[in-house]
Amino acid sequence: MSGLALNNISMRFDLPNGGSVQALKDVTLNLAPGELMSVLGPSGCGKTTLLNIVAGFLAPTEGEITLNGHRVLGPDAERGMVFQQGALFEWMSVRDNVSFGPRMKGQRESKWAGNVDHLLDVVGLQDFKEKAIYELSGGMQQRVALARCLANDPDVILMDEPLGALDALTREKMQSLVLKLWKETGKTIILITHSVEEALLLGERLLVMAPRPGRIHKEYRLPFADMGVNADLREIKKHPDYASTREEILGMIWDMEEEIMGRTEAAQ
Amino acid sequence: MTGLIILAVYIAIFAGSYFIIMRLLSGRRSDFTSLKTVTFGDESAVVSNRAASVISIVTIFLIWGAFTGSKWVPGFLHAPGPFVGEAQFEYTARADDGTEDSATVTVLVHPISEEATAPEVDPGDGWAKNDSDTVGAWRSGLIRVDRNDEKGRDQGHTVIAVNGEPIAPGGEVNTRFGRVGMSQKGTLNFVPAKGLQMEAIWLPPPEAVVKRLVDIASEGYRGFTLWEHLGMSLYRVLLGFFFGALVGVPLGYAMGLSDWFRGWFDPIVEFMRPVPPLALIPLVIIWAGIGENGKIILLFLAALWIMAIAARSGVSGVRISKVHAAYSLGASKWQIMRHVIVPNSLPDIFTGARVAMGVCWGTVVAAELVAAEVGAGMMIMAASKFQQTDIVLMGIILIGIIGFGIDMLMRWAERVLVPWKGKG
Repeated sequence: MSGLALNNISMRFDLPNGGSVQALKDVTLNLAPGELMSVLGPSGCGKTTLLNIVAGFLAPTEGEITLNGHRVLGPDAERGMVFQQGALFEWMSVRDNVSFGPRMKGQRESKWAGNVDHLLDVVGLQDFKEKAIYELSGGMQQRVALARCLANDPDVILMDEPLGALDALTREKMQSLVLKLWKETGKTIILITHSVEEALLLGERLLVMAPRPGRIHKEYRLPFADMGVNADLREIKKHPDYASTREEILGMIWDMEEEIMGRTEAAQ
Repeated sequence: MTGLIILAVYIAIFAGSYFIIMRLLSGRRSDFTSLKTVTFGDESAVVSNRAASVISIVTIFLIWGAFTGSKWVPGFLHAPGPFVGEAQFEYTARADDGTEDSATVTVLVHPISEEATAPEVDPGDGWAKNDSDTVGAWRSGLIRVDRNDEKGRDQGHTVIAVNGEPIAPGGEVNTRFGRVGMSQKGTLNFVPAKGLQMEAIWLPPPEAVVKRLVDIASEGYRGFTLWEHLGMSLYRVLLGFFFGALVGVPLGYAMGLSDWFRGWFDPIVEFMRPVPPLALIPLVIIWAGIGENGKIILLFLAALWIMAIAARSGVSGVRISKVHAAYSLGASKWQIMRHVIVPNSLPDIFTGARVAMGVCWGTVVAAELVAAEVGAGMMIMAASKFQQTDIVLMGIILIGIIGFGIDMLMRWAERVLVPWKGKG
C-alpha cells in the first residue's frame, strides 16, 4: 500500500484552565504518490495542526497516519517540510543549508555535491551558494528552503504557507517553480495556503477545511496545476472554470467566517 | 564654589561650540539626513557628531589643565591661581596704658613645594614693631604680631584693627592678599587668597599624572611593575570568567533543555543573579581569605550567573521551526544540538560574555580595593591613603582604558565569530 493515508485523525488540545479545544475531528484522507494537494480554510480551522501531525511533530489524540504502509510515529527525513519563514540556518552558507540533510545522514561530499549543485541551478541560486542566508532576499530564502527540502529526497513534501510572506511578483515566480519541481520530481506535496488563487493554481486536489472542530468541508479535483506546468499562470487565471471555482470557494469561506463571527458574538 | 564655576564654564563651552559649529561653520549640509523632512524621533538620523566628540574631550582636558595650572595649557587660559609672593597688611594694637600703635606685617607666601625664610624687615618706630613670616600657598598661618612688640601680652597687647578696619576675636578682615582672621584668643591668622585653581592633592595637573605614569611604568609601585599590577587584574578577570563560562554555559544549556534542571537551578540562578558580586566580597573573604583563591571565586561567581542565563536564553530562543526543519531533514538529537541549538545560542552567549567581562572587570577592581597585594585596584587604594592623587587618577584612567578595550575586543570577536547575530 503506497501513498499517504490519514485515518480518522482527531486532535484535542487541553487548555490550562481545564477545558479543551477540538482542533481536528475525524479527518480521513488518502494521497497517491505524486499527488499535489492544496489545503485552504479560514484561520483556526486546523490546517497547520494537520500538517504538524503529518510531519510527526504532534501525535494525534485519535487515528493514525501511514506512509507507504508503515505508521508515522515522529518526524523523519521521508517527510520534508518547507516553512513559511525563519527555518533556515543563518549560521550556514546557502550550500551548507541545502546539503544539510545529506550531511546529517553522514554522506560524503562526493555523493551529494552533484545533486546539491543541480538543485542550486534549478532554483537559480548557483551564484549565491557561498553567501550567508541573511544576505538573501525573502524570495531567495524560500528557494533555499525548497532546495534544502528536495536535496534530502523525501517522499512527501509538506509546505506550510511557504509563499505567504512574499510579494505578488516573486510569489508568482515561486508558484511556477513549485509546479515545475512537482512535475520533475514526482513528489507527493501537501501545500497549505490562505490564498484561494494559490490553492487553485497549486492544487491537483483542493481541500477546503471548516473550523471548530477542524474538518474536511469539501474537496475539488482541478485541472489547473497540470495546465500550469507548461503555461503562463496568468493565462490560467483567465480560464472560465478558474473564476467560477474561485467565487464558489471564496463564498464558502466567507460563510464560514460569518458563522464564526456570529458564534463569537452569541457567546459574548 | 569652584565647582559651580567649572560647571558654568563647561556649559558655556558646550553651548558656544554648538552655536559656532552647527550654526556658523557647517552651513547647509547635503547628505541623506539633510534631505529627510522627519529627523526628530528618527533614530537613524541621529549619528554621533565627530566634531562634538573631539571638542568634548578637548574641553575636559582644557578645564582640567586650566583649573590645575597645567603647563600644557597656555597661561592666559588658566583660572586665577593662589596668591604667591609678599603680602602685606597693617595692624593696630592697643596696650593697657591706652596707647595705640601700628605696624606692618610682611608675609612671604611661597609654593608649598619650596622652603622659604621670612623676609628681613625694618622693625620701624613705636612700640609695635614690624613683623615678617612665611605661609604656604593654599595654607594658613598664625601670625604672632605681639612677639617682637615692646608691649607684649603681659601688658595687655590687643590687636584692634587690621588695615584700619576694626577686628575682634572671631572676626575677620579681607585684604588684597587674602583673609586676616582673629582667633578666639586674639591671635591673627592669615589665609592667603586661594584663587580658583585646585591644589595638586585634590586634583593634580595632567602633566603630573603623565609623569607618574612614566615613573611607575619604569620603576613600579609597591614592589610590582605597572604591568604586573594591571596584568594581575586582567589575569584574575580572565581566569574567573573562564571558570564562570566553563560551568555557566553547560548549566544554562541544561536549564534550557531539561525541565528538571530548569526547575532545580532556576530559583538559585534567579536569586543569585541580582545579588551584586560586591556584596559577596565579605563572605568570600571569610571563606577563602584575601588571597588569589578568594578573588577567583568571586569573579567566578560574578560570571557564572550571567553566563548561565545567557546560555539558557540562547537555547530557549531557538525558533521551533528551525528544530522542526532539522528533524524533518533527518537530524538526530545530538546533531540538532551540535548544528542548530549551539550555533543558535552563540549570539546570546556572546552578549552574555560581554556583560560578564564588564562586570568581572568592575568586580576585580573593587575586590582589590578591599584587600590585595598587587592589582590595579590595590594600586589606587594604596595611593589614596598617601594622598597620591596623581596615582589614583592615573589608575582610574588606566582601568577605564582597559575596560573599554575589553568591550571593544568582545564586540570585534562578536562581529567576526557570530556575523549572523540579530539577522535570524
